[in-house]
Amino acid sequence: MQDRTNDFAIKIATVNGTGSASANTLLMKSIFRSGIPVMGKNYFPSNIQGLPTWYEIRVSHKGYVARSGNIDLMVAMNAETYARDVREVTSGGYLLYDSTWPRPTVFNRTDVTLLGVPLAQLCNESFDGLRTRILMKNICYAGVLAALLDLDLARIRELLAETYAKKQKLIDSNMRAIDLGYDYARKHFACPLPIKVAKLSQTAHHIMIDGNTAAGLGCVYAGATVAAWYPITPSTSLMDAFKGFADKWRVDPATGKKNFAFIQAEDELAAIGMVLGAAWNGARSFTATSGPGISLMGEFIGLAYYAEIPAVIFDIQRVGPSTGMPTRTQQCDVMSAAYASHGDTRHVLLLPRDPEECFYFARDAFDLAERLQTPVMVLSDLDIGMNDWMCPDLKWDDSYQPDRGKVLAVDEIAKLEKFYRYLDPDGDGIPYRTLPGAHPKGAYFTRGSGHNQHGGYTEDSVEYQIVLDRLVEKFNTAKTLVPKPVIDANPRVEIGLVAYGSSDGAVREARDMLQAQGIMTNYMRVRAFPFGEEVEQFLEQHRLLFIIDQNRDAQMRSLLTLETRVEKAKLRSLLHYSGLPISSEFIVTGVLAEVGTRARVVGVGA
Amino acid sequence: MTFMAKPKVRHPSLPKNSLGLTRRDYEGSMSTLCAGCGHDSITAAIIESCWGLALEPQNVVKLSGIGCSSKTTAYFVGGGHGFNSVHGRMPSIAMGANAANRDLTYIGVSGDGDTLSIGLGQFCHAIRRNLNMLYIIENNGVYGLTKGQFSASADVGTQAKKGEVNRQPPIDPVLLAMTLGAPFVARSFSGDKEQLVPLIQAGMRHRGFAIIDVLSPCVTFNDHEGSTKSYAYTREHYDAAVNADFIPFAREITADYSAGESLPVVLHDGSRIVLKKIAPGYDPTDRIAAMAQIQAGMQKQEFLTGMLYLGRGDREFHDLNDMPQRALNSIPYEQLTPGSRAMDKILARFR
Repeated sequence: MQDRTNDFAIKIATVNGTGSASANTLLMKSIFRSGIPVMGKNYFPSNIQGLPTWYEIRVSHKGYVARSGNIDLMVAMNAETYARDVREVTSGGYLLYDSTWPRPTVFNRTDVTLLGVPLAQLCNESFDGLRTRILMKNICYAGVLAALLDLDLARIRELLAETYAKKQKLIDSNMRAIDLGYDYARKHFACPLPIKVAKLSQTAHHIMIDGNTAAGLGCVYAGATVAAWYPITPSTSLMDAFKGFADKWRVDPATGKKNFAFIQAEDELAAIGMVLGAAWNGARSFTATSGPGISLMGEFIGLAYYAEIPAVIFDIQRVGPSTGMPTRTQQCDVMSAAYASHGDTRHVLLLPRDPEECFYFARDAFDLAERLQTPVMVLSDLDIGMNDWMCPDLKWDDSYQPDRGKVLAVDEIAKLEKFYRYLDPDGDGIPYRTLPGAHPKGAYFTRGSGHNQHGGYTEDSVEYQIVLDRLVEKFNTAKTLVPKPVIDANPRVEIGLVAYGSSDGAVREARDMLQAQGIMTNYMRVRAFPFGEEVEQFLEQHRLLFIIDQNRDAQMRSLLTLETRVEKAKLRSLLHYSGLPISSEFIVTGVLAEVGTRARVVGVGA
Repeated sequence: MTFMAKPKVRHPSLPKNSLGLTRRDYEGSMSTLCAGCGHDSITAAIIESCWGLALEPQNVVKLSGIGCSSKTTAYFVGGGHGFNSVHGRMPSIAMGANAANRDLTYIGVSGDGDTLSIGLGQFCHAIRRNLNMLYIIENNGVYGLTKGQFSASADVGTQAKKGEVNRQPPIDPVLLAMTLGAPFVARSFSGDKEQLVPLIQAGMRHRGFAIIDVLSPCVTFNDHEGSTKSYAYTREHYDAAVNADFIPFAREITADYSAGESLPVVLHDGSRIVLKKIAPGYDPTDRIAAMAQIQAGMQKQEFLTGMLYLGRGDREFHDLNDMPQRALNSIPYEQLTPGSRAMDKILARFR
């Protein structure tokens, strides 16, 4: 293997509940602190203890954040998955395993270098107690990797000291386990391997954060005061993060009282009801859920659309249909979110690509929801929400003022002859609203039943249609307010890639790989629904378009087909729906399969 | 049928409350329910109660789900915001609204279908949270808008208009609420305004979850021979266990309540509920004993009515969650955001 300094991927196969998460975080953070861009992805079971779990670490001096599709070193700690783990190593790669017990030789590959370390034996000799031995075995492989990959032991020591703070005994035992592995590897193998790290300075002003934490923080900064939710993987940590930050930054120092309400609801139906009640009453309120929750919230989302009530909903998508695979990732709620609820309804969607955008889109979601008086759904996914991503430092502009939308102040209501809820005086499709308690003249009746533009009950066709048609105008206004797509295009290139959300990293890397083969592509990352004019233009300008979806049914392609002028015939789908995050290799393979050599010619000189 | 506003014609001699408002000022739009519907009497009692307490109309929030009962929130206090939500989900809307602004008076109106079938879960959990609201069930044992199906409050043996007999046991909202720890539980009859008005007033002033189950016969689908929720049957089997007087804070107590016969209970805002004419042996402050007597009454096919249970010193939602006295929706943004200066500290964990 040639020198692969700062450019490789390793995967660690363990059993969940054995403390491997600490070891993996330790490895990843020590690389991050050495200034090298790194990405960690956790593939875990819907279970607390005893099932297989994997952790993939991608080290890339180019800053690529997606799965490459290759595994250069596999740490096979789980006998149960050993066979498939061996198979997954890329030719020329390495396999590290616990050689305390013999492994079936039938799985051995001649193109993979085996590195056997008697991890269990080393730990059994050095530590007492079953639980400690199991935990330390995992820390021990981190020590082996430190030697193989040339990690900085001082960084590891520093991280352990931070993690265990004043528990010196724990710091010592962990460090002892690290040293055991480190020394063994140095003694028995040619360290470091060609896959290794070398100090860089590319992570200054960056953080490693997961999307749920970033979104929760965004809600605190945006001034959200009412949070209602029902626990569901993989969204729960968003609410935990909000509560954690709010407990610290939202407590009145004088009284000790909490300037927020955090309500664990009895189900998702109640969670969204609480969000609507609070938003109707003038508080910024939100919920977080996943696909099954969106299904359950459907009726209330329709009410919010029709009665025009703001709401912010984070949907951390997981694999469907039905319960699906709750701890695996997909982008499979695009259609169900866009058209959630019965009747003619369409909703604003924001599509963050990473934790950084989760933070800023959280803020934008509240502004849009209150400006447009409608639900706004932020479609994140498990990959963004629960994995640590390297992001630029989050920044807050203190001049930010929340856009509370068209809410009439008390003196404005007092001056009115009479208040009517659903008129469109500004021609943008957005009516004015009043808050309960403001003024008796501002009172109106909110209902999901047929209503006219004055807010009265109606079963009159014309009155009903006036309101329904205005909602279309409002949706058109939304097109001009939502985040614009990010486009990287050269007018001479005819092939366009269209992606959204967590696929972005894989697409960016895939474009470089395709370019290296002489295939030029343009790229549009869609960041919101409804689609604005920029989206229309990009679609129009390309002869061939690849729509990249992490779902089986090409949901984004369907939405683009339904909601833009694009000709269906020029759309191709690249569909990744295994439950693992999409890889750059998958996209390259997909594009090559379609364009063959013709595109190479187009690409020359472009 | 579309929306009908009531003409605002006022007789100069109509009595005024301390805000200078007449009962007409607490009315809403015209009722579209069937003539003689019990629900309309309850609406009238709510109007009387709000007028009597001289509530600022804009401070009254009216919430409901779906069904005949849920329509009635449009028929009272037109100067207050109303929210007719989805079927069985009014408690969650009330919870959110209340969390956002604790300063308003929240009145929820629901039906037996809305509360005891589709909304049973939300009803129970609103009680567990001790949401500060008055929850009125307009209970007629029948689905009116869909034309006469039994509801979950229909008694065993009661007969539908078309002759079908109910065989499933009913869910009793009073016993259920008491089991779940509701601090204020009452039952009344739409035809007994004298009993109902003080209960509504007390329920609105009580801090915490107050529930009044109001038997409210359906004149169209459940007022026939064989029904146990008809006017005739209700009047016959109606037994006032504990009557109540409500005395707002600062009003002089004029009535004479002799000791032994009455039990005054002071509410959080200083107003009082005076329990009177308590049936022998009934203790409305002893939850377990009261439940036993309500159940004993049911076995004899009697509806015990009045102020059936009144707990003391309960902590409502805001207290239970360490929330401030100030309404959340009135806190300026500057006090809600940590600002850019906090960001460095926050991000340190992620380096």
